[in-house]
Amino acid sequence: MRFEHFEHGADVGVRGFGATPEEAFEGAASALFSLVAEDLATVRDESSEMLTCSGPDLPELLVAFLNELISLSDVRRLAFGRFEVAIERRGERDLRLAAWAFGERYDPLRHSSRVEPKGATFTALKVSHGPDGWLAQCVVDV
Amino acid sequence: MSASTLREVEPNVWELPKAGRMRVPGRIYASRDLVDALDEKVREQLGNVAALPGIVGCAWAMPDAHWGYGFPIGGVAAFDPEEGGIVSAGGVGFDISCGVRTYTTGLTQGALRDRLETLADDLYRTVPAGVGSEGALHLSIEELDDVLRGGARWAVERGYGDPEELARVEERGAAAGADPHKVSRRAKERQVRQVGTLGSGNHYLELQAVDRILDAAAARAFQIVEGEILATIHCGSRGLGHQIGTDYMQLLGKSAPAHHIELADRELACAPIRSPEGQDYLGAMRAAVNCALANRQVICHLVRQVFSRHAPEARLRLLYDVSHNTCKEETHTVGTRPRRLFVHRKGATRAFGPGHPDLPPEYTAVGQPVLIGGTMGTSSFVLVGTKESEARAFSSSCHGAGRRMSRTQARKQWHGTSLIRELGERGIVIRAHSASGAAEEAPGSYKDVEEVAKVAEDVGLSKRVARLRPIACVKG
Repeated sequence: MRFEHFEHGADVGVRGFGATPEEAFEGAASALFSLVAEDLATVRDESSEMLTCSGPDLPELLVAFLNELISLSDVRRLAFGRFEVAIERRGERDLRLAAWAFGERYDPLRHSSRVEPKGATFTALKVSHGPDGWLAQCVVDV
Repeated sequence: MSASTLREVEPNVWELPKAGRMRVPGRIYASRDLVDALDEKVREQLGNVAALPGIVGCAWAMPDAHWGYGFPIGGVAAFDPEEGGIVSAGGVGFDISCGVRTYTTGLTQGALRDRLETLADDLYRTVPAGVGSEGALHLSIEELDDVLRGGARWAVERGYGDPEELARVEERGAAAGADPHKVSRRAKERQVRQVGTLGSGNHYLELQAVDRILDAAAARAFQIVEGEILATIHCGSRGLGHQIGTDYMQLLGKSAPAHHIELADRELACAPIRSPEGQDYLGAMRAAVNCALANRQVICHLVRQVFSRHAPEARLRLLYDVSHNTCKEETHTVGTRPRRLFVHRKGATRAFGPGHPDLPPEYTAVGQPVLIGGTMGTSSFVLVGTKESEARAFSSSCHGAGRRMSRTQARKQWHGTSLIRELGERGIVIRAHSASGAAEEAPGSYKDVEEVAKVAEDVGLSKRVARLRPIACVKG
């Protein structure tokens, strides 16, 4: 999974890369959850959560997806380490996303956290396709 | 942002003239150095805020301002419902009613010296903090609705604190008009186990020594004595507030075109105050304010318990509780006429001057305490609201030091463990739930709080009363 963080004022930007938009979304989700568990390899696949969301375009879909993950992990007390994303175009300005998020109950001793994400924002929001493939990014309020 | 591109209308007051769609000018309260350190984005964001319907006065930036979402952090803007004024989810932010609460303890640093580490250890164990932490209270959704209506009053009724304290919490402990029905189930689910938790990031619980008294009369009214230990917490409305922010950012963004509001930036997401969407957001936002007030009240009960174990002679008296991400309906004089305005303070503190009717009687003569959090290695300040602040920015002041360096940069520059050791050598006991989180909060990654507080005083936003020095800090 290819992902990184980028700088933004008081908060953190998350950025994922991939051959498809789905992979780039998975990367962005990995960047987000590496704030919760710095080394995603320490997160076991013990529990899985399915989630769906929709949006008029890919950027908005990314924000909806990341916000859904933040609230799911908060409600279920889970750290997520791995994601599988499927995106379907239902019509003009109607994109649907279905995903699995895999993880386990957050364990402060094993999952060395940086900071708790509060919400994904529209700041520096971008989903684009370039010569190196897809990129999906936005700033997360922490 | 280069100061030379702005007009300095008075010392430390910089004007962004009306241009384009701006309905009012923008104003930045800052020294030349603070202006030069500002991101160019703050100018754009102030201009966007100044273009929102029904704005009154100016779009203001406080001395600790920096680039935020939609509104700058350290942004203040007031809107008149009579003139189509709006309420903005972006103008309040994700961590609704994040704020600071400070207690005096009656103890001196000398008296506590041998017990400081033990006390810090117990605070670290007792107050739930950090990613994924749970409070001791597990509430049903119905019980949570009572929290959302009752705020700190709910907590006091449950035995968390003294009823006498409520007068020294903004809105006397509970925001009126909170409507739990306007809060999504998901938001409530996030909160049922989080009441009484500190959170992470820049949230903290700190013991501070009063380093210097700068205004003797106000210090007397606040009952602060030089050399005394204060206990301060900084935290907000936790998962519930974050979810309300997320939900309404989406909802108000979508409804804006129907209200003929053109948003220069999605994160200005707003609706007319007198619209169903605007009223829904106000009901939900006030519920989050109450959630934050209850949260801080419960945490302080835990702090009291810790003191009773290690320093039973301590007498914790609430100095004040301020919120700094809010929208409040207040009366302000514009020209000669009093008007009801909806004042957004995002990363800014309400700062009522002396004589304001909403102040508790013991503070009426001096004004409202304004609590400014520094960093774990630098000073914090207690300030007091002034008469002039009404005309300056509808009785508002700064809220903290304000970041000057990104978290990523801070991580490159500092290492959590060695930073904690260095602070320890300076006599500051740090207990952190995340080493890298601590590195991101390194004192050097913030602006100079001394300068922020001084500018706030120089321009009349509020006046310095006491400087506080950290002696122990629990980081989320």
